[in-house]
Amino acid sequence: MTGTGHGGGMAQQFLQMIPHARALGIRLDDLGEGHAVLSMPYDSRFVGDPRTGVIHGGAVSALMDTSGGTAVLSLPGATGTATIDLRIDYMRPATPGQRITARAECYHVTRSVVFVRATATDEDARRPVATATGAFTVERGAGGPADRMPR
Amino acid sequence: MTRKPEPVQVIKQRRDAVLAALVAGVPYIRYLGISFDRRGDELTAVMPFDDKLVGNPFLPAIHGGVTAAFLEVAAIIELSWSLLWDEMEGGGLDPARLTPETLPRLPKTIDFTVDYLRSGLPRDAYARARVTRSGRRYASVQVEAWQDNRARPFAQGIGHFLMPGPEG
Repeated sequence: MTGTGHGGGMAQQFLQMIPHARALGIRLDDLGEGHAVLSMPYDSRFVGDPRTGVIHGGAVSALMDTSGGTAVLSLPGATGTATIDLRIDYMRPATPGQRITARAECYHVTRSVVFVRATATDEDARRPVATATGAFTVERGAGGPADRMPR
Repeated sequence: MTRKPEPVQVIKQRRDAVLAALVAGVPYIRYLGISFDRRGDELTAVMPFDDKLVGNPFLPAIHGGVTAAFLEVAAIIELSWSLLWDEMEGGGLDPARLTPETLPRLPKTIDFTVDYLRSGLPRDAYARARVTRSGRRYASVQVEAWQDNRARPFAQGIGHFLMPGPEG
């Protein structure tokens, strides 16, 4: 367990072990119970529009999805998660050359489903590049809060 | 008076050249290893499995973000292709001079929603998109991705796109 909150060790580990998160250079910047901040560097391989050098929306989706999953795994007792659905709204192109940061929070948690919101920004944190909402499954280990809930 | 039909090879070369220019211009499509199969005007996006696409190493399964990106790429190429088709067939696009820099601008994604139906297996994936509305300013596109069985899609998506301006 790290000092970043309950389940932090699990979430850190989770991120390290995802080949595609490593491929995108995704790093965990902050983690608390039910929220996670992840970022990825600008990389010319992930460009979607060669004329402007703007990163492809798909790469932003991958960062958003990973931040949502990480936020779910930061919940007490969570041992596994999968995305049920994810909607991304693209507000503006990310500025080329800048790091993209996604902040995800679990805004409602049930026994088997977690509802997550995420916002992505570049270095201008006041104007979002994209926002996302998604539903994620949550698996819970033995002895977790799920086992005390009525079925 | 009837015009002699173009030789089939000329038609194929022209269409393949336009499609190649459309796809080759996007570094992220190359990075994910996505290519397109063409049969007439029908496109199928193909994403061969690769270890770097994995999101869950225990199952293993394709990363949800990769699935989202694959669907979005398939949708935006299908939409761009349908926008270029008439101009291409009418001889308004010269494939010999088409480069990523001279291609007409692509539509921009407004929003995109992905439904994850099954986990993406460590296998090649395929996707086909359908433009359900193509207006002057906005378009709606549906897309479906499958692996071993066409009848068992592992993800579906729907996206809204802003059409490129008339300035091209």
